Amino acid sequence: MLKLLQQSPLSARIGMGIVILNVLVAIFAPLIAPYGETSIAGDVWEGFSAQFYLGTDHIGRDLFSRMVFGARNTIALAFITTLLSFLFGTVLGFIAAVKGGWIDQLLSRTIDMIMAFPTLIFALMILSVLGSSIPTLIFTIAVLDSTRVYRLSRAVAMDIEVMEFVEAARLRGEGLWWIIRQEILPNAMPPLIAEFGLRFCFVFLFIASLSFLGLGLQPPLADWGGMVRENAGAITFGIYIPLIPAGAIAFLTVGVNLIVDWFLHLSSGLHE
Amino acid sequence: MKNVLFLIFKRLGASLITIFVISVIIFIGVELLPGDVAESVLGQSATTETVAAFRKELKLDLPPVIRYGAWLKDFIQGDFGTSLANGRPVSELITWRLANTLFLASTTAVIAIPLAIFLGMLAAFYRNTFFDKLISTTTLSFISFPEFFIAYILIFIFAVKLNIFPSLAIIDDNMNFTSKIYAILLPSLTLTCVVTAHMMRQTRAAIINVLASAYIEMAEIKGITRLRIIMHHAFPNSLSPVINVVAVNLAYLIVGVVIVEVVFVYPGLGQLLVDSVSKRDLPVVQASGLIFSIAYIFLNLSADILSMLSNPKLRQSQI
Repeated sequence: MLKLLQQSPLSARIGMGIVILNVLVAIFAPLIAPYGETSIAGDVWEGFSAQFYLGTDHIGRDLFSRMVFGARNTIALAFITTLLSFLFGTVLGFIAAVKGGWIDQLLSRTIDMIMAFPTLIFALMILSVLGSSIPTLIFTIAVLDSTRVYRLSRAVAMDIEVMEFVEAARLRGEGLWWIIRQEILPNAMPPLIAEFGLRFCFVFLFIASLSFLGLGLQPPLADWGGMVRENAGAITFGIYIPLIPAGAIAFLTVGVNLIVDWFLHLSSGLHE
Repeated sequence: MKNVLFLIFKRLGASLITIFVISVIIFIGVELLPGDVAESVLGQSATTETVAAFRKELKLDLPPVIRYGAWLKDFIQGDFGTSLANGRPVSELITWRLANTLFLASTTAVIAIPLAIFLGMLAAFYRNTFFDKLISTTTLSFISFPEFFIAYILIFIFAVKLNIFPSLAIIDDNMNFTSKIYAILLPSLTLTCVVTAHMMRQTRAAIINVLASAYIEMAEIKGITRLRIIMHHAFPNSLSPVINVVAVNLAYLIVGVVIVEVVFVYPGLGQLLVDSVSKRDLPVVQASGLIFSIAYIFLNLSADILSMLSNPKLRQSQI
C-alpha cells in the first residue's frame, strides 16, 4: 500500500492533497473557524482583511467561517448519501446477478424505468411533494444514484458469478449472503472503489446544484451551493464572493477526479 | 429493411410505455402528498366547508383512477390545469417558456455540436500530443465544475469586468433575432462549455476506438493516404458512436438548462419548474416535469434509432 502511494503520479498526489485538506477542515471545523456558523460579525460584503480572511457575506457573516462549516455540512451530506447509494446499489445488484431469473428481470426493468427519467427533474418532483429536509434529501438522491451503482455491481458480479470458486461455494451449499459477502464482494472491490469516487463527485455536485436552486440544505446552515445562491447578487457589483464557494466545490471535485483517474488507470492494468 | 422498421417500432413502444409509467409516477407522487393539495393551498385556518368546496373544484373527491384518466386526457389535449399560485392556466405559462428553453437549447446545440466533433477528431488524430493533453485537461476540469461556477466566471469576466454582455438574459417577443441571440449568448456559452466537454471526450474515445481497429492498420500498411483512410474507413465507422454521443448529450442539455436558466434569470421552463417546486405549485410541477421527461426520453430514443440506422451490426440485434 505504501509502495503504491510512493509510485503515484503527481496528479494523483495533488488530488490526495486536496481531498485530505478538505476532510481535515471538515473534521476540525469548530477549531479552525474564527467565528460561529451563523453569527453576524461585521458589515455586508466586506473585502479581504486580517479580521475577515475572505470578507463577509450578504448579511455580514464571516465568509471564511461559513466556508469551513460549509465544508463540514456539504462533504458529510454527500458522503453519507453516497454510502447509502452504494448500500442499495451493490446489495440489489449482487442479488440480481446471483439469483438471476425473474428477480433480475424485475429489478433491472424497474431500474431502467428510473434511469429513463432525468435525475434532476425526478429529484425536483420528489422534493416538491415531500418538501426539502435533510433525510428526504439524502434518501431521494441515494435512491436515484443507486441505479448507476446497481448497473455496475450487477455487471461486475455477473462476471464473478460464473467463476469456478462461486460454483464450488454453491455446491458446498453456501447461502446467498455468504456467497455475496465472501466470494463476490472482495472480487468486485477495485471497480467499486473507483466508482465510489465518481459517484461521490456526482452526488456532491448534485447536492450543490440543489442547494444552489434553494432546494437542498436550508439556511442558516452553511453549505457551499447555498452560499453561492445567497451571495449571487454580489457578482453584478464586481464582488468575487460567490466565486469562492463555487470554486471550493470545483476544487474538491477536481481533486477526487484526479485520484479516480489514477485508480482507473491502475485497475485497468495499463502501464505506459 | 423490414427488420429495421420492426426494431424501431419496438423501441418506440418501449419509450411510450416508459412515458406512461412516468406519468403515473408523477401523478401518484402528488397523491402521496401529506394531507392533500386543497389543504396545503388553503392553509391551516381554512374551514372544513371551504376545503370540501375547493376539493370538489379540483375534483379531488373522485377516485384516483378516474382522475388520472381525466388528467392524462387533458394533458394530451394541451390542457395542463390551473396554476395554484396565480390561478392562470398552466398551458399559458408553459408555452412561452418552453419556446424560450428550446431557443436556448438549440442555439447551444448549433454552437456545441460542430465544435465538439471538430475538437474530438483533432484530439483523436493528434492523440498523446501536447494539444491532446491540453484539451483533455481543460474538458476534465469543465466536467468537474458545477454549471453555476462556469456561469459566474463568465459573468464576472464578460459582464462585470469587460462589460460587453448583459449578466441577466432577459428576452421578450418584441426583440428581433439578433438582440435575442445577444441576450442569451452568456447562458448559451456556459452550456456550450459543459456540453462540449462531455461530447468532445466521448467523440475522442469513439474515434480512437475505430482508429485502433485492424482494418485501419491494414489500410495504413497498404499505403493509403491519411485523408483517404479518414474519409473512407474511419469516418463511416465512427459515425454511429458519434451520433449516439451527440444525441445523449443533447438529452443532458435539456436538464442542464435548468441551472443555467436560474443563474441568468432566463424566463425558461427550468426556471418555472424550480420556482414552482419551492412554491409547491403542483400542477405546474407535474406539467413541466412531464414535458422535460418526454423531451429527455425522445432524445434518448432518437440516439438509439440513429445509431441503429448508421450501424448495420445493431440492425440484427434482438433487443
